[in-house]
Amino acid sequence: MNTPTNKSSNATANSITREKSASRDWWKSGTPWVWLNAGAVSISILLVVGLLVLIGWRGLVHFWPAQVMLATYQEPGGERIRTIGEVTRSETVAAERLREAGLTLDSEKEEYQRILLKVGNRDLLGGDFRYQIDDWLVDRSYPTNLLVVERREWGNLYGSLDSVNFEGREVSGEAAWQAFQAAEARAQELHAEIRSIEKDEIGSVNYQLERLRLKERGRELDGLEGPFEDIEAQRKTLNDEYAVMQTSLVKLYEANQRDSFTVTIMDGQSITVPFAKVVRGYRPNSLNVLQKTGLYFERLWEFVADEPREANTEGGIFPAIFGTVMMVMLMSVFVTPFGVVAALYLREYAKQGVLTRTIRIAVNNLAGVPSIVYGVFGLGFFVYFLGGSIDDLFFREAQPAPTFGTPGLLWASLTLALLTLPVVIVATEEGLARIPRSIREASLALGATKAETLWRVVLPMASPAMMTGLILAIARAAGEVAPLMLVGVVKLAPSLPLDGNFPFMHLDRKFMHLGFHIYDVGFQSPNVEAARPLVYATAFLLVLVIVVLNLAAVRVRNRLREKYRALEH
Amino acid sequence: MNTQVSNPASPAAGLATRDARRRWRQFKDRAARVTVFAGGLSVIGALVLIFVYLFYVVLPLFAPAGMQTVASYAMPVEGEPMLLSIEEQAEIGMALPASGNIQFFSVADGSRLEQVALPLAGNARLTAVSSVNRDRGLVAVASGDNDVHLFRHQYRISFEGDNRFIAPKVDYPFGEAALALRDRPQPEVMEVNPMPASQAYSATAATAAGEVLTAEVAVTELPPAPLSPIARLAVRSSDGTVMVAAQTEDGHIWLRRFAQSGGLFAAAGGALTASPPQDLGAFPQTTQLILTPDADVLYVAEATGRLLVYRLAGGAPTLRETVQLLPEGTQLQQLSLLSGGDSLVAVGNDAVIRQWFPVRDDQNVTRLIEIRQFELPPGSQALALESEQRRRGFLVGDQNGRLDVFYSTSERRVISEQAINGEVRQLSIAPRANTLLLADAQHKLHVLKLHNEHPEVSWSALWGKVWYEGYAEPDYVWQSSSASSDFEAKFSLTPLAFGTLKAAFYAMVIAVPLAIMGAIFTANFMAPRMRTMVKPTIEVMEALPTVILGFLAGLWLAPIAEENLPAALMLVPALVFGLILAAWLWSRLPGRIRYLVPDGWEAALLVPAVALILFLVFAVSGPVEKLFFGGDMPAWFDRELGIGYDQRNALVVGFAMGFAVIPTIFSISEDAIFSVPRHLSQGSLALGATPWQTLMRVVLPTASPGIFSGVMIGMGRAVGETMIVLMATGNTAIMDWSIFEGMRTLSANIAVEMPESEVASTHYRILFLAGLVLFLFTFLFNTLAETVRQRLREKYSSI
Repeated sequence: MNTPTNKSSNATANSITREKSASRDWWKSGTPWVWLNAGAVSISILLVVGLLVLIGWRGLVHFWPAQVMLATYQEPGGERIRTIGEVTRSETVAAERLREAGLTLDSEKEEYQRILLKVGNRDLLGGDFRYQIDDWLVDRSYPTNLLVVERREWGNLYGSLDSVNFEGREVSGEAAWQAFQAAEARAQELHAEIRSIEKDEIGSVNYQLERLRLKERGRELDGLEGPFEDIEAQRKTLNDEYAVMQTSLVKLYEANQRDSFTVTIMDGQSITVPFAKVVRGYRPNSLNVLQKTGLYFERLWEFVADEPREANTEGGIFPAIFGTVMMVMLMSVFVTPFGVVAALYLREYAKQGVLTRTIRIAVNNLAGVPSIVYGVFGLGFFVYFLGGSIDDLFFREAQPAPTFGTPGLLWASLTLALLTLPVVIVATEEGLARIPRSIREASLALGATKAETLWRVVLPMASPAMMTGLILAIARAAGEVAPLMLVGVVKLAPSLPLDGNFPFMHLDRKFMHLGFHIYDVGFQSPNVEAARPLVYATAFLLVLVIVVLNLAAVRVRNRLREKYRALEH
Repeated sequence: MNTQVSNPASPAAGLATRDARRRWRQFKDRAARVTVFAGGLSVIGALVLIFVYLFYVVLPLFAPAGMQTVASYAMPVEGEPMLLSIEEQAEIGMALPASGNIQFFSVADGSRLEQVALPLAGNARLTAVSSVNRDRGLVAVASGDNDVHLFRHQYRISFEGDNRFIAPKVDYPFGEAALALRDRPQPEVMEVNPMPASQAYSATAATAAGEVLTAEVAVTELPPAPLSPIARLAVRSSDGTVMVAAQTEDGHIWLRRFAQSGGLFAAAGGALTASPPQDLGAFPQTTQLILTPDADVLYVAEATGRLLVYRLAGGAPTLRETVQLLPEGTQLQQLSLLSGGDSLVAVGNDAVIRQWFPVRDDQNVTRLIEIRQFELPPGSQALALESEQRRRGFLVGDQNGRLDVFYSTSERRVISEQAINGEVRQLSIAPRANTLLLADAQHKLHVLKLHNEHPEVSWSALWGKVWYEGYAEPDYVWQSSSASSDFEAKFSLTPLAFGTLKAAFYAMVIAVPLAIMGAIFTANFMAPRMRTMVKPTIEVMEALPTVILGFLAGLWLAPIAEENLPAALMLVPALVFGLILAAWLWSRLPGRIRYLVPDGWEAALLVPAVALILFLVFAVSGPVEKLFFGGDMPAWFDRELGIGYDQRNALVVGFAMGFAVIPTIFSISEDAIFSVPRHLSQGSLALGATPWQTLMRVVLPTASPGIFSGVMIGMGRAVGETMIVLMATGNTAIMDWSIFEGMRTLSANIAVEMPESEVASTHYRILFLAGLVLFLFTFLFNTLAETVRQRLREKYSSI
């Protein structure tokens, strides 16, 4: 296609006229306005790039093990407080605001540097974070023996390692660190074992017991009188299994309590922590770059592959990733065939006229309908109406607890399928429209029926367009949150929608979602400051997925255009 | 295709298979056709279904209410009952005749169930009744000349299998003993000889005191001097105290407070200690006494419509004010409190109903104010008035058997129908307001079913100013739930629609100039190679999940904007001046340098300039704030100009949502400008116009419908956006254009409240209505845009 280069060359040509009246001419020619317009583009580009960089930086830097500082904090006239912590961020604050906040300032400085220090030890100090004035934080040092322990509860622990109780022996000094690592590794293994029993095995037994209960209730509803021998027998086996697991679990728990370590935290308290509570311990000040990199990727992996802890403010986001993927896949299953069929109808079968034009306008319009409206519809129609009816028909034994009559994975996928339907229809139609008529006619002329022409010739050629539509639909669905809040997303799902229990895929379950996770952790979390890095990291992951999907769609589309341009000639 | 086959034998078999194959292929073709038609139409049907379903859920809000008589039977008690009542499930009714024998009966057919006799003294008959607490079934009755009894009628529900049984029961939470309205004058104590009691009376006067100190003494009382019997009664109970207000036949109004010993947590049936009775004085004109549920205020009504308002809380009763409820010359026919106990509804014989409630004025003085009026059919004389138990609705029955159902806040006459022939004597509505007992003059009881699910919704209640109880003036209020059960939900969509438009407006203020200017440059001036890079970038911008934009706006941008408010406000002028300055400086550079950057790359050139300007603006922000605004600009605004500052405000939302809308407007406008036929602009340039003139005079006018449609679609997106406003505004439903205040939008409101709303409740349907409004809003914008775009396409093709 032709480009408007000639115009712009004129624009600049105008601006290089005579020197004297150059300024006036420059104004009169309107060139400043052209530049202003250019500025709008620059601003937009800068916004997008800046935003992506911001999210990426904030999201990724969190996993890098930060140096831990030992210092003394002394407010003017106040006592000296021994302080250990990571510098989270630093900002300039007007003296005015500090005075309003109730600080007594001694110097006449108008501005102060304020540091947000992560001191951890929430259970002992009352809070993870402290704002401290830069100038008053003196005697800073970074001793290599400072220990950071990520705990399963109460967040991070900062302190210096005194001794380790390993295999019944008290180890202190430099040997303590080796003992610490050994004990930590052992605790990790035990923890994994406990998790597997609790989550998978006991979870499975519980699930089967629940199914038995429902079966029994179902029979009672059918008018049969209990007790039912087969059910009782199965229940007994299951209960026996459960008892066995319970004993081994108790043993494991006991074993896990064996080792412990003692640290001195910043205010001089000495505390003993069992290794059972430790996720990971490290001494960041003693790590070299390579070790830090190793730790970085370890933490990154934990983030992607682990489950959340502490009201989602720590740990990983695996269930959210899994839920998002699951939902998007289900949605694709629904949306692709229907979208393609609708496009085929509109483009290949329906008689072009007022009706099809109206439908097209309607479909285009639906793409612009707010997503929350789809959520409202999904909740009312799918969940309460369809789901309620399904429950009444097939899940009487579970009532009054709803099975499908409550928000869940199936309804969420259906709602989003409806939401993204216009995207797929429009993209597929566009692809169908680009296929030259001659190709269709050639196929028909060779004796193929219309269906055969479509199936063998048209659809394969339109498949990239369908792909584009699907990718765009997926990108949209992955980032959509508002409707999901109504039809199935929860902040913490107890179990994944896919597991080892028959029927493996639990469409009625609620699930976690990356986008909702961002909203929930960022805005509903009790400890926003601690959760913030994870929100950025989650946002980064989501943005990454969506940007990649979109760029893929753009590439597919461009290649498609090239292909048909070649066909036309 | 038909083939004429002449080959014998084996080809015949081939023919058969070919025929079969052809049929099979044709079948497949037809099947495909049917499938595609069915599939395509069903998809389109599904999309239509969205609209239809939303409409279907909303519709009952506006459906007219109705009623029908389902049963009529003889009154199950003798005489006119003093009180009628129905329990929650509307299966069992209760009638209290003057004899004091409580009669429970089946609502469906009037068959008598249990009968419970109240523990009245002797054969006393009831003289007055007062409903103390309808929720708890607490009733007070007056009997004899001085006795007040409190009882509770309760209904216990039990299940046996799938059958439900309701058992009525009467108990006495304040004991079976009567409460005495007044202390009787102390009878003189007499000593008499051990004689039959009957003779003792005749002997009393003669006997001298002190004579028979050790003798067997029979002490007896004088027969009590009869007191003036109770004619009107108003009783309330709260926090273990019972407040009794009663008017006796002689016109005196007495007040007496009883407290349950042990205070708040006393066991039911605990003894009551009485405070001394108080005589308010004689009020011969009084027709009705009403106590508010908290027993703080006593209303004394007279037939002329004069109302005396006594404040009882805190010490001695004081007359707070005297109000004329009705115009002069009008007779007061009925007066009742609405549920919640704030509003008084007064019906006069001029067929007008007036609602009054106390309003606190600027001087903090509480006065009764007439709020609104309702019209009865002309000539209607209200004989019965009943207020709903859980909503602010009330019912009026008149002398012709006409029944009118009103709802106060929505100012609606919900039903106005002929219910029976003849007078309506008494009305009693079930707690769920779905069943009504109606007593007529022929000693018959009629049961009516009411279908009146959503009386609180009306056009004026949804969109207009409504004067709610407890408010100083009519206002737009959205307040859908609260902790208190007496709470009246306030469903004004106006502040939400206002918030939606405000958010969209600020977003458009940011987005429209940036997007259109960007589109102009990209389509008209930009080098093609740069264009291929810019367009995908903008498309990525469009695909960014709004939850991320909202999160950044709320947690990152909002604090930054608050701390660097001068920078945020200087940004726009600084960018305009800075960019033009940069362009001018560039034009002054020697050609050698300028020619290094080819035409159409100005935008790339300006990126560092923009970054520099941003940096400078933020760098001077702190000093500027210190110099002019005392180091804290938001506080300065509040102090000096009285403009409040929310951290999450319209400015932040404007930025964030503007960011979300820019790509939409950009790509549509860019398409429109780019597809302006080339020969138009070339003609203009050939005639000597500068590129800018060509753009302004030729290109933009041609492309303007396309740009307009882009703006419309962007507007539609801004209106419906949920996550950004949910996270970056305070979500308070206020009506204030200030850029420093937050808002609550329709979409965010749905997202917040929908999961908690009860299915099929008014709240639920109103949220659906909000969804429908959004749907129609965006549908309107989009259709407009789409039509304009199609027109434009036709126009281009004709040029």
